[in-house]
Amino acid sequence: MCLAIPVRIVAIDGDEAETEIAGVRRRVSIALTPEAKLGDYVLLHTGYAIGVIDEAEAEETLKLLEEIASLSEVH
Amino acid sequence: MKFIDEYQDNKLARGLAYKIAQRSTKTIRLMEFCGGHTHAILRYGIRQLVPKTVEMRSGPGCPVCVTATADLDKAIALAHLPDVIITTFGDMIRVPGSYSSLQQAKAEGADIRIVYSTIDAVEIAKANPGKSVIFIGIGFETTAPTIAASILKAQQEKIENFHVLSLNKLTPPVMKALLDSGEIKLDGIIGPGHVSVIIGSHPYEFIPQDYGVACVISGFEPLDILLCIDKLVEQIEKGEPRVEIAYPRGVKPEGNRKARQLMEDVFEIGEANWRGIGIVPQSGLKLKGKYERFDADKAFSVGLNPPREPKGCRCGDVIRGAAMPLECKLFRKVCTPESPVGPCMVSSEGACAAYYQYGTLENLQGF
Repeated sequence: MCLAIPVRIVAIDGDEAETEIAGVRRRVSIALTPEAKLGDYVLLHTGYAIGVIDEAEAEETLKLLEEIASLSEVH
Repeated sequence: MKFIDEYQDNKLARGLAYKIAQRSTKTIRLMEFCGGHTHAILRYGIRQLVPKTVEMRSGPGCPVCVTATADLDKAIALAHLPDVIITTFGDMIRVPGSYSSLQQAKAEGADIRIVYSTIDAVEIAKANPGKSVIFIGIGFETTAPTIAASILKAQQEKIENFHVLSLNKLTPPVMKALLDSGEIKLDGIIGPGHVSVIIGSHPYEFIPQDYGVACVISGFEPLDILLCIDKLVEQIEKGEPRVEIAYPRGVKPEGNRKARQLMEDVFEIGEANWRGIGIVPQSGLKLKGKYERFDADKAFSVGLNPPREPKGCRCGDVIRGAAMPLECKLFRKVCTPESPVGPCMVSSEGACAAYYQYGTLENLQGF
């Protein structure tokens, strides 16, 4: 139910957007994320974008994970 | 797929698991609130990756599972009314009610349609002006704004035959109810990532403040969950419980203001009936008076017999984290995904379905 997947916005038309994931396209509502822009990744839940993915934060988390793993390798 | 694949890296997962094992000295119990987390934890073998000191319990975060039998009976009764089309998310259709199920009602001739989105339900209403279209509104804060949006759309487009049976529920109040009951002692909570996309992190502050329990909001990929567990273990080891976001690419402390604004416009907060828990005050969403004409509870009246729970089914205990699926005598013997007795085996987010699908000897150890 609370499943949401990251999809990329490839076109915007009012409060709807054309999104794409792994070659599959779907029209979704962006009524809940008016800040969403072309090229943004949004979290898609039951036909609605519920949040815009923060790419800088995504990078930070990956860096943190890599740091942790590299520290663990020392042992 | 971007933002998915990179959070499934095996080598990084092993590194994180090693770090958690190094850090963990105290025996602790964590609860993942969300059914999505339950499935990811079982699917990716996270129970085997974490040290024996970390016990994991599933919580009430499966909307289909927590829907009370009485509410399900009402949905089934509504389906039998003349000139009614029921629209529902797929998982609901197979859940047994006291005397029937939506699936059985459909077989008996009721018009019941599975939809992916409330958008589809509104479209069905538009296409069937001579019928009343009722959407069975289940879900937590993740889904409630989408239901609010559908009601606003119906109002804007004057679609008078669209109705919602609002069974939507709120996460923080039920966490409070579980913590207040003291039935099982928890040291930390894996906070629901997509509920938190909407509500942010502030509504969980009472958990460390009033109960001394750690709360870390997690994403749904295996590395997200391991990172969350690492942060929980760190907080608990230090004796410094607080609310932390381990899913910052999706969750902001303030949540999604627009989505919350829509929810606040359409819904008011009231009590809700939870399977296995009972009535929890301030944990449900009902339509405000100004949207009364879309409220299935107001527009239709159905007579109901007293609800009956399936005999021997321990879904209620599983929902509270008081029992593990294997502790139910029906699990895998009488109750299977093909022939489910309770909703926890039906729903793709139910704990019993997850343990059935991904259960290995290692997963089932400790029962």
